[in-house]
Amino acid sequence: MKYLNDLENKSIYILREAYANIKNLAMLWSIGKDSTVLLWLTRKAFFGHVPFPLIHIDTAYKIPEMIKYRDKLTKKWKLNMIYGINEKALAVKKTFKSGNVNRIECCENLKTKALEDTLNASGSRYKFNHQTGKYHLDKSKEVFTGIILGIRSDEEGSRSKERYFSVRDKNNQWRVGEQAPEFWDQYNTDLPPKEHVRIHPLLDWTELNIWEYIEREKIPMVSLYYNKGQGLRYRSLGCYPCTFPIKSKAKNNKEIIKELKLGKLKNIAERSGRAQDKDDNGGLESLRRRGYM
Amino acid sequence: MKAKSIKKNKLSQQTGLKPVSIAFVGHVDHGKSTIIGRLLSDTGVIADGKIERIKKNCADNAKPFEYAFLIDALKDEQTQGITIDSARVFFKTNKRKYIIIDAPGHIEFLKNMVTGASRADMAVLVIDANEGLQTNSFRHGYFLSMLGIKKIIVLINKMDLTGYRKSVFNSICNEYSVFLKKIGISADCFIPVSGKFGDNIFSSGKNMPWYKGKKLLDALDNINVCENDSNEDFRMWVQDVYKFTEDGDSRRIIAGTVNNGKVGVNDNIVFYPSGKKTAVKTIERFPVKKAKSIFKNEAVGFTLKEQLYIKRGQLMCLENENRPYVSCDFLANIFWLGDKPLTAGTNYILKIGTQKVSAVITDINNKIDAVTLKETKKVKKINKNEAARVEIKTKEPIVFDTVDMIQETSRFVLVDDIQISGGGIILKELISSNKAVVDECIDRNFHWVKSAIPIEEKIEKYGQKPKLIIVTGIEKSDRKKFARNLEKKLFLSGRKVYFLGIGSVIYGVDADLKNTDKKTDRQEHIRRLSEIANILLDAGLIVIISASELSLKELDKIKTFVSDFDVIPIWFGESAKKGFEGAATLNSISKIIVKI
Ligand SMILES: Nc1nc2c(ncn2[C@@H]2O[C@H](COP(=O)(O)OP(=O)(O)OP(=O)(O)O)[C@@H](O)[C@H]2O)c(=O)[nH]1
Ligand SMILES: [Mg+2]
Repeated sequence: MKYLNDLENKSIYILREAYANIKNLAMLWSIGKDSTVLLWLTRKAFFGHVPFPLIHIDTAYKIPEMIKYRDKLTKKWKLNMIYGINEKALAVKKTFKSGNVNRIECCENLKTKALEDTLNASGSRYKFNHQTGKYHLDKSKEVFTGIILGIRSDEEGSRSKERYFSVRDKNNQWRVGEQAPEFWDQYNTDLPPKEHVRIHPLLDWTELNIWEYIEREKIPMVSLYYNKGQGLRYRSLGCYPCTFPIKSKAKNNKEIIKELKLGKLKNIAERSGRAQDKDDNGGLESLRRRGYM
Repeated sequence: MKAKSIKKNKLSQQTGLKPVSIAFVGHVDHGKSTIIGRLLSDTGVIADGKIERIKKNCADNAKPFEYAFLIDALKDEQTQGITIDSARVFFKTNKRKYIIIDAPGHIEFLKNMVTGASRADMAVLVIDANEGLQTNSFRHGYFLSMLGIKKIIVLINKMDLTGYRKSVFNSICNEYSVFLKKIGISADCFIPVSGKFGDNIFSSGKNMPWYKGKKLLDALDNINVCENDSNEDFRMWVQDVYKFTEDGDSRRIIAGTVNNGKVGVNDNIVFYPSGKKTAVKTIERFPVKKAKSIFKNEAVGFTLKEQLYIKRGQLMCLENENRPYVSCDFLANIFWLGDKPLTAGTNYILKIGTQKVSAVITDINNKIDAVTLKETKKVKKINKNEAARVEIKTKEPIVFDTVDMIQETSRFVLVDDIQISGGGIILKELISSNKAVVDECIDRNFHWVKSAIPIEEKIEKYGQKPKLIIVTGIEKSDRKKFARNLEKKLFLSGRKVYFLGIGSVIYGVDADLKNTDKKTDRQEHIRRLSEIANILLDAGLIVIISASELSLKELDKIKTFVSDFDVIPIWFGESAKKGFEGAATLNSISKIIVKI
């Protein structure tokens, strides 16, 4: 498993660079496998500590088990946990579930916009209080200038063109053609005012690596990833109106690894259970250019 | 039964090995993406039906199908038919796994080619047989050598357009070999291929019976990319020093990733550029895993036997191995990717490892044409996508190795404004005017007798960070009065502060200086004053010194002597010199105190 060590070392290096260079740093924790691996790597990088807040974008449509799992780990690992939510869009029911907007627009409201507002502190943020064991409105107006994300380049075409450190402008736009060069473990860590940087420590990992690592490190995963007897499991987690399980018999990490190695899922894109991708003809590209994770 | 066990074996073999990353480079439109698309579809990693889907999409839009569309994922790339940014795709053969990096060939996107290729273990350089060698066939080759990529395979592509003629293949190979030799690369092999029809990619095909060599896939599978590092001197850039006090954690951990060599518990180590010495107490990992020694590429942490004041940017080395260079001046080969030309005399940020300093190009020795390798002397600027040999001077002494010793610690990037705009490799140290000072500091720190109380504890106890305040200005003025007032004000606000007057030094510590040569004397006064200040700073004090009309060079010298501590240079009186906190007056003391 030498290769997993290499990946781990590289990701840790990137995490530490982010922490050393970016003032107001946070990590996006979507509760899924990738960002949970990222959280685990963070604890390794900082010797058991998680020295920045974790942000979860709650869409109010997350599968309830995800929220339960989030709060369990928050307590266990004493995380500085914040969730952001687009309450305005939910109040006027601008969601796919209520039938008022399409899937793409719903994603833009509940995820892209919610993330933007959470980072620049214009939206509502709730912070976990370890004394009361509850979330309270976060009164701090701290603007995050760096956000660590668990995207991988094998997920989808446009993600394969990402940098480890990617500066986004004030409108959250990703200018793919104009990205600054990045080489020799040196990253673009200086920010123009009003811009923020996205940091991608998992860029070199594949889906298979993620599962091999989860198995090796025994990282606790939300059980939705495993088949519980019905021959179904989730391969990628999202909101329940738009995320569907795939057919699979894999009950545990080992079986998932085997499934991936044997190429059983070759013809099913990883995010195929995510209906919004199909509604965006450019794959995820146009969503992503506008700031989607 | 037997078949099954073979299969199992194969699987485990594949997972254990590190994938080889290969960059495809070469001139625009010579067929890089097409060949990769071929490779992917012929080896069966493309999802069933994807090719049919793309073909249908092409037909619907009345454009010909391109294998390149399998990898040129961006919408702009497909409409323009070129690669814009390097993409990474994963694929595997029976022998091993690969990460393929598809670099763009258009000159406009050279920075993206560099980004992509810098991540590769080896490169495949693609040349269009019909068009022959073009500028970026050479330029990409040159940049590969700058990036330190020594293993390459050369593909002569589009052989179909030349009637698969051997003579065309041979003449391109000959010409290109000569170029490669000049830049110190020897190609593993040259292969005639057709990306469009698949000849010699996955299988040989029937069109070139005269070619008896390897197909691309076999060439890839057989190339040996193991690095054999000849130099094993331990090097690690300090990335950070952590003290997370949560849950009663009292460890002070020096964190980093081993860049070269290995280190073990109890080994005597030295940090450069400071020269401070101690030994490794423990190797830290999470979750707790005991390790006695640690090797190249491992991300780790250390606790030290003695508490040193270490900051990010220092290089951790072993005492009994070759030491790195510490200097402000060096000679380097650089390439420039910024839109604004690089000019001599301009300030840039230089990043080498985790060090970050301000630097200027003091001289451009030669501009090197990356295509013809012609050198031009006497140039004042380097344009985008050009290369040069330059002399660089950093504002503070930095630590480095030369490229013939250790690659990882000899490479740097130049940041213009806020973007990485160039890269370089250090060829050799140049002797700085402050070499004596630098060497003295290293020697002094090396032998420094450490206080039993680490500086961090002093900082905590005294509630202040030690700082050196240097008050300077024109000779006849109230400078001393200002300095003493400042001392008093700081003292009354609870700070532990000391004003070290030059008079207190000249007739005591400096009594042996004979005043024969004023200039030498002044430099020696400054040296002694700085060394005394350094001791007082180490005691945890805020120290104020005053000297008339300090030059920037002298200021830098003082800073080198007290390099662990923050320095606040104040110019007393009107028209402050550049580099100083300007135009302080007796009435502006309260404004200054806020900053201390
Ligand atoms: N006849 C013929 N055409 C080819 C061959 N390989 C590539 N082409 C064509 O050459 C054109 C350019 O191919 P690409 O693969 O996009 O070239 P590239 O090197 O990736 O270009 P950039 O990434 O933009 O630098 C396409 O129209 C291909 O169909 C070949 O072997 N024979
Ligand atoms: Mg291309």
